[in-house]
Amino acid sequence: MPLPEALRVLQAHRQDSVVISTMGAAREWAKLDPSPLDFVYVPSSMGQAPSLGLGVALAQPARRVIICNGDGCMLMNLGSLVTITAAGAKNLVLVVVENGIYEVTGGQATAAAAARREDGESLCFADMARACGFTSVFEFTALDDWAARCEEVINQPGPVFICLKVEWAEGDVSPRSPGPASERVARFMEAVQL
Amino acid sequence: MYSGEEMVDLLLELGITHVVWIPDSTFGEWDDAFTRSEQVELVQVCREGEAWAIAAGLYLGGARPLVVIQCTGMFESGDALRNAVHDYGLPLFGIVGYRSYLNSETLPGDTCLRFTEPILAAWDIPSVFIDEVGKKPLLQEHYRSCQQGGHAGIVLMAEGRA
Repeated sequence: MPLPEALRVLQAHRQDSVVISTMGAAREWAKLDPSPLDFVYVPSSMGQAPSLGLGVALAQPARRVIICNGDGCMLMNLGSLVTITAAGAKNLVLVVVENGIYEVTGGQATAAAAARREDGESLCFADMARACGFTSVFEFTALDDWAARCEEVINQPGPVFICLKVEWAEGDVSPRSPGPASERVARFMEAVQL
Repeated sequence: MYSGEEMVDLLLELGITHVVWIPDSTFGEWDDAFTRSEQVELVQVCREGEAWAIAAGLYLGGARPLVVIQCTGMFESGDALRNAVHDYGLPLFGIVGYRSYLNSETLPGDTCLRFTEPILAAWDIPSVFIDEVGKKPLLQEHYRSCQQGGHAGIVLMAEGRA
């Protein structure tokens, strides 16, 4: 499914959730109508978006926190899947948008992608999440299926793991910071702590 | 150097809400007291880079976290530390164990003794060094000073085992 459309579906159902986005997801999320509860995690420490989101979720247990992560990012911090389930963050939704490549650096395949595997089979992020203790795990390939079930799955008992199989983007794929970090931090803290 | 109970009392005095950590053989002795504490929440990570990012999220959400890791974990977690403290300017605070400083019998020639202080200096985070029991007040003083100044801080704590 196209990433921009996949994220528009999520935006339509987010309500008053915090949304933390990074890399390709941040690039596309920043094009949508902004919310003070958005944290576009650019610049990032690649791989750390789920951990950042876990911190917010633990500090604000009454607020749902949705993290939009890439598959390359997820591979950089697979231990965070274990940390999240150990912490028992029931208000956390981790969305991995999987395209099998490092899009921002020019489209090189990740180590989990079929192109890098001797057996030609890509690794399954949903299975990884289950093995790390997630019990609410979902995977969507078709946009209409995701659109039909998004509201239902993000409201499942958390932590929730969702893998969205998305297409490669073309053109200018670099995420850009939407403004000075210190100003964005101040605005986000004010909104999230209300 | 300090008991777990002493550390919990100290954290409560400072208003710390969460300890984000990976225990090492020295800090691990604090585990029972941290786990028993109902006022300080313990968040155990799998790798130290997570600790800085979780602490960043906790801070953004209004909590007051403390990161507790060994110097080896500080080496590993440099990019997460850089991002949270320097890109976003978050006043995160950590206790970093200085492996082998008091006793290098377990790991003779431990290169932590060579790299810990230069790397900490390279990250440009104000730090104090506690290498004896009587210096515990430095921790409170440094924490309060960093919070008042709105910047990050680290307490480097000497350890005697690997």
